[in-house]
Amino acid sequence: MQKKKSIFSKGGNTQLLIPIIALLILALFNLIADPGFFKISLGVNSAGDTILSGYLITILDYGSELAILAIGMTLVTAASGGQDISVGAGIAIAGSVILRVLCGGDSRAEELQAPIIVAFLIGCVVAMLFGAFNGILVAYFKIQPMVATLILYTAGRSIAAWINNNELPVIKEPKFAYFGGFIPGVPVPTTFLIALVCVVVILLVLKFTTLGLYTQAVGINESSSRLNGLNPIFVKFLAFVILGLCVGVAGLIKVSRISSINYSVIAKDIEMDAILAVALGGNALSGGKFNMIASILGAYVIQFLTTTLYKFEVQADALPAYKAVVVIILVVISSPVVSDKLSALWKKVKKTPAKEVG
Amino acid sequence: MQNVDFTLCEGEIHALMGENGAGKSTLIKVLTGVYPEDGEGTIHIKGLDKAAVIRSPQDAQKLGISTVYQEITLCPNLTVAENMYIGRGNNKVMNWKKMNDGANKILQSLDIPATATQQLSSCSIAIQQMIAIARAVDMECKVLILDEPTSSLDDNEVEKLFGMMRDLKAKGVGIIFVTHFLDQVYEVCDKITVLRDGKLVGEFVIEDLPRVKLVAKMLGKELDDMSEIKSENTVYDGDDADQVIYEAEGLQSAAKIKPFNFYIKKGEVNGFTGLLGSGRSECVRAIFGADRVIAGSAKKNGKPVKITKPIEAMKNGIAYLPEDRKVDGIVGDLSVRDNIILALQVLKGFFHPISKSQAYKFADEYIKKLEIKTASADTPIKSLSGGNQQKVILARWLLMNPEYLILDEPTRGIDIGTKIEIQKLVLQLASEGMSATFISSETDEMLRTCSRLVVMRDRKVVGELSGEDLTQNKIMSTIAGGDQK
Repeated sequence: MQKKKSIFSKGGNTQLLIPIIALLILALFNLIADPGFFKISLGVNSAGDTILSGYLITILDYGSELAILAIGMTLVTAASGGQDISVGAGIAIAGSVILRVLCGGDSRAEELQAPIIVAFLIGCVVAMLFGAFNGILVAYFKIQPMVATLILYTAGRSIAAWINNNELPVIKEPKFAYFGGFIPGVPVPTTFLIALVCVVVILLVLKFTTLGLYTQAVGINESSSRLNGLNPIFVKFLAFVILGLCVGVAGLIKVSRISSINYSVIAKDIEMDAILAVALGGNALSGGKFNMIASILGAYVIQFLTTTLYKFEVQADALPAYKAVVVIILVVISSPVVSDKLSALWKKVKKTPAKEVG
Repeated sequence: MQNVDFTLCEGEIHALMGENGAGKSTLIKVLTGVYPEDGEGTIHIKGLDKAAVIRSPQDAQKLGISTVYQEITLCPNLTVAENMYIGRGNNKVMNWKKMNDGANKILQSLDIPATATQQLSSCSIAIQQMIAIARAVDMECKVLILDEPTSSLDDNEVEKLFGMMRDLKAKGVGIIFVTHFLDQVYEVCDKITVLRDGKLVGEFVIEDLPRVKLVAKMLGKELDDMSEIKSENTVYDGDDADQVIYEAEGLQSAAKIKPFNFYIKKGEVNGFTGLLGSGRSECVRAIFGADRVIAGSAKKNGKPVKITKPIEAMKNGIAYLPEDRKVDGIVGDLSVRDNIILALQVLKGFFHPISKSQAYKFADEYIKKLEIKTASADTPIKSLSGGNQQKVILARWLLMNPEYLILDEPTRGIDIGTKIEIQKLVLQLASEGMSATFISSETDEMLRTCSRLVVMRDRKVVGELSGEDLTQNKIMSTIAGGDQK
């Protein structure tokens, strides 16, 4: 009884329950429909490496960019009470920069013109600069986050195309494909490992700095934070720069997957899934308190859902509609209105037998 | 608001006075139909046989009651004439020439230096205010309500506005004038109605109510029965008791206060007093760097310091408990623990987080010390009562171990028991060597805690009282100022 009650009460670790319950429901559904969903097998891929495969591995693989983005999006949401809708365009820019550095201007270069790590770092710096641009608009000029990031949302893909003179560079170096695929000898998708590193880093940062407290304080009460010596402008700015870094990492994964780029398609609509991950994690999109783990779980829930739908051979065109239905159900169930009603109902149920006894 | 009688005669300027929360705005909102009256009480208007029914602002307008609010509610990008006629006639078709001519005529008759086709935003604030009044007057109003119309005007503009009010008065319009400025009341008004705590204190002819009495009525203290309270606190008597901890010279902030000088000694409790809106909060906010400091210099322990941001004040050992607990104090969704450690944490810096166990220790220590009633240190602060929230904020600043603590209305909106606890605590801390500045709307609280009072009126320092002079009477007469003794 105690346990059930805590589901409906707000705050604390109960926030984690929302994505966990969603995961369980999806898992249960798949278990009933086809237990084969959970099969993980060792196989050999086209490159001749031994890798793990199965639907669960697909989820871990493709959910990873989203999980990385969810980290930054959670911080931006918490600090500014708004969302960055330019992350998809940002990934296009970061990816384009990485390819440009690797090819050195020749889109059919046979050899890498720069080490991958250098290209990656430059991509991250550029992505963080664009994050800083968003951050300045939101934090200093007090433009609504969605409006401010609409600028890059609109212009970002054109900028990405312009960086490579509208050419589509192709990287022939097989090592570059490791980041979006598998490293020989490691059967786990590299993307998942990258996401794991990101998650560990952010959890360490949250533990060993005051980022969490500052972000939440600014998101909840900016004026009071200022009177306590915080600089709300800087805190919000920082959140956007961190999201920029996440965008840079996701950009590497995205271009590595196909060893090339398609400016108009790469990471399309990923911002919406990233925002959804934050919401599914039970975090208020109006800012304030957040739970990082819940957001990351939320990201994997979304990928779980997408993969499930693919498994049942839902047409790619129809996918968003199915997704929307499931999302509506999840979001409504986790809304405060429903949880208040449920807890009221629960109290009533609990009271009725007591009355009969008395 | 309960049981208030209010009478306004033709051709009279009637001041509505009272402190914030006394019910002035409520009365106005009932008169203009924003709030419905609850069935008890009636409104009678000349020319109507039965009681008037005012259920909406439109009803009020039809009955000839017009209101001009503190904030100008016109459209700055329309012309003067458009602003005067917008939302009035039932005509679907606009006769622009007729409208502009009509507007010009009114502007002339009221002597307003503006033309009908001018864009409103090109007029000064005072002219805009007058145009708002002209719009109200043109709606054939019998009753004109001016809700703090002078708060954003300078002296010259106020003079112009008063000229216009006198003209209207001569034309037989009854004017209700709400203001915080005592000088202005005595300049233009004929009668004063004083409200306090939602109740009527009385209606007075201006000649019968000298300033001191008006202040007494507003504060709810009759001059006769004011007992003088002597504080029995022990005074800090260290060797450095005479050392000036903080000193400000010509300090001025963007919050529209006149430059002021100020100092505080070690272990001293002093205070800023004055009516609400007199600038006392703005003064301490300037000291703490909460508002943008635009002039003046400050010294801490004799050394010049530059305090333009709260963090700089905190680094200099200055703490500030803000006036508005909800807006500036609590971080609502965060736990009591996080709220307590916030200031200290910010002071320690980004890379030195207070460990969870240490934070619990601090929180538990202060929950016990200040007797904060909370379920646990993890409870969100917003679910605590006002008094306990205030104690948490106080704990936040005490944890910082400040040399100089500024308390702006720490006792507002909290129960009497907690009020006394907080005052005792301040005195106790002062006796241990902390300096404190205390602001309260309740004069007896100030008398009980402060050994020196800086008196404010109309956003400037008008006096300083200490020792023998610290009496209710003296404070009131200083607040009232003018020719009163």
